[in-house]
Amino acid sequence: MSTHKLGVLFSALALCLLPAVCGAQSPNLGRALTPEEIQKADITVWPDGRGLPSGSGSVSAGAAVYAKNCEVCHGAKGAGKPQDQLTGGLGTLASPKPVKTAASYWPASTTLFDYVRRAMPIVSPQSLTNDEVYAVTAYILSIDGIVPQDAVMDAKSLPRVKMPNKDGFISWWPKPPR
Amino acid sequence: MGARVRNSEKETAAKSGEKTAAEKGLLGRRALLQKALLSAGVAAAGASFAHADDDVGTNAPDWMKTPGRTFTPYGVPSKWQEKVQRTIANPPGRPGTGVSRTPLQRLEGTITPAGLHFERHHNGVPDIDPARHELLIHGMVKRPLAFSLDVLLRYPMETHIRFVECSGNSGGYNQAQPPQATSGEINGLLSGSEWTGVRLATLLNEAGVAPGAKWVIAEGADAAAMSRSIPLVKCMDDAVIALFQNGEAIRPEQGYPMRLLLPGFEGNMNVKWIRRLNVTDSVVDARDETSHYTELMPGGKARQFMFPMGAKSLILKPSFGMNLQGPGWYEVSGLAWSGAGRIAKVEVSKDAGKTWELAALTAPVLPKALTRFRLPWDWKGQPATLMSRATDETGDVQPTRAAWVAQFAVGQGYHFNGVQAWGIEADGTVKNVYA
Repeated sequence: MSTHKLGVLFSALALCLLPAVCGAQSPNLGRALTPEEIQKADITVWPDGRGLPSGSGSVSAGAAVYAKNCEVCHGAKGAGKPQDQLTGGLGTLASPKPVKTAASYWPASTTLFDYVRRAMPIVSPQSLTNDEVYAVTAYILSIDGIVPQDAVMDAKSLPRVKMPNKDGFISWWPKPPR
Repeated sequence: MGARVRNSEKETAAKSGEKTAAEKGLLGRRALLQKALLSAGVAAAGASFAHADDDVGTNAPDWMKTPGRTFTPYGVPSKWQEKVQRTIANPPGRPGTGVSRTPLQRLEGTITPAGLHFERHHNGVPDIDPARHELLIHGMVKRPLAFSLDVLLRYPMETHIRFVECSGNSGGYNQAQPPQATSGEINGLLSGSEWTGVRLATLLNEAGVAPGAKWVIAEGADAAAMSRSIPLVKCMDDAVIALFQNGEAIRPEQGYPMRLLLPGFEGNMNVKWIRRLNVTDSVVDARDETSHYTELMPGGKARQFMFPMGAKSLILKPSFGMNLQGPGWYEVSGLAWSGAGRIAKVEVSKDAGKTWELAALTAPVLPKALTRFRLPWDWKGQPATLMSRATDETGDVQPTRAAWVAQFAVGQGYHFNGVQAWGIEADGTVKNVYA
């Protein structure tokens, strides 16, 4: 066997050590995804703003979105009842009666956008436009003054909003802190 | 959710008392058969063959003297077991969200029937057409891939017996007064199953995880698109894309056609109807890892990413609603489990924790699975306080309820694994007590 042929054989063996390349090691039956398919499916929004779509919404536009879609469950100005309270409770977390709301407890403004866009309103999730989600996020955050009344939320401004409980969480993974 | 405990056993019993049309049909047919046999008997008597006391038919129960019902394509439990039902609890006006709890005290062994596995849904049970569902793996991978159910069914399968426990299970123990409810109503966000599926590491290796990746964002295909940040090390360890539960395709309530199974980790992370795994370098702070499933402490800070479920045990026999029927022999029995591995031992106290005895563990004792413990008890009729305390193979021991509660803010009920106690009164009544 020539040196050249040996080299080819060794290359083939080395390739086979990579599970995705050697058919005998792993079934490799997955379908390759195109960037377009991933973009359509990926609705995750990150605390640093990655994943936020284009579009924007103001507090005043959000008040109308809220009245139409949210108030029936979450009450006027997010005060709650019959479902979760969204606003208020700021400064209560260390008290004997902590009130955990989106405003008082959630560490990232982007979580509000991400959750509303994927799961709300509960009777027709994923029915709001990106502009409507930006707007209703702006409105909810404005109720406790987390953003001003003239705020407009978009992919740049939303991640910059500092939530009152931004530093309120301690990661227990992989271990509790010392 | 765990804090909401409702005694709805009566409602459940009333509902299940209504017979289905199919049952009525079978009963009607049975009555006709009986009638036919009876007239045959009369005819025989006319021919002077009266039954004597020692004739075979005189002493047999009815069901030995008439043909039983016909076959069924899919069996259901005995009608005498109709009270063995999940207990459903929903927020007002939201029948698709909330929980249903496993009636643990009415079951034996360690495997929960699929139809009694606890449920936690965030916006109903989706009806997913498997032909239109794929699991996407993308993000920090070399080759983004999609896997259909048909394709996954060709992969090497693994089978494991594991528990799944909601992080909010037993949350009622954070109340000032002990909840007077059955163990299932308090602790029934816990079930054990044999799960079969494809090792997630196989799929991630095919996609080729890029250096620097640390987390995987898992997302379900339900109407809440439930999502959670999962440590990549867990996904590469014993995580499974489960397709079968107790030998049959996973039920819709459990994630049909596929769910993420993260052995030992809190239930919410075992994302049902799994549709997307986004490999990444940081957590996403999803709603269900910030607003929910975080643990507020007295100073106002909250623990986040408390993933494994702690060592825990429950006494189910006897327990609330199962009063003792006078002095004599009983078996004390219950379940123990740990998200960290195998149960090493379960101790039982009959005197409110003054003395402890080792209970027998029923084999096999499997990691991250429910383990049945048993201890004989000759009850003399005196008041007693029964407690159980589990220790797992890592040395993790169940804390007392008081020690557990002291770590958290008022009303915090996630990850409760404190020791539970049943008070036995002289008349055999069983009550939930804090001891």
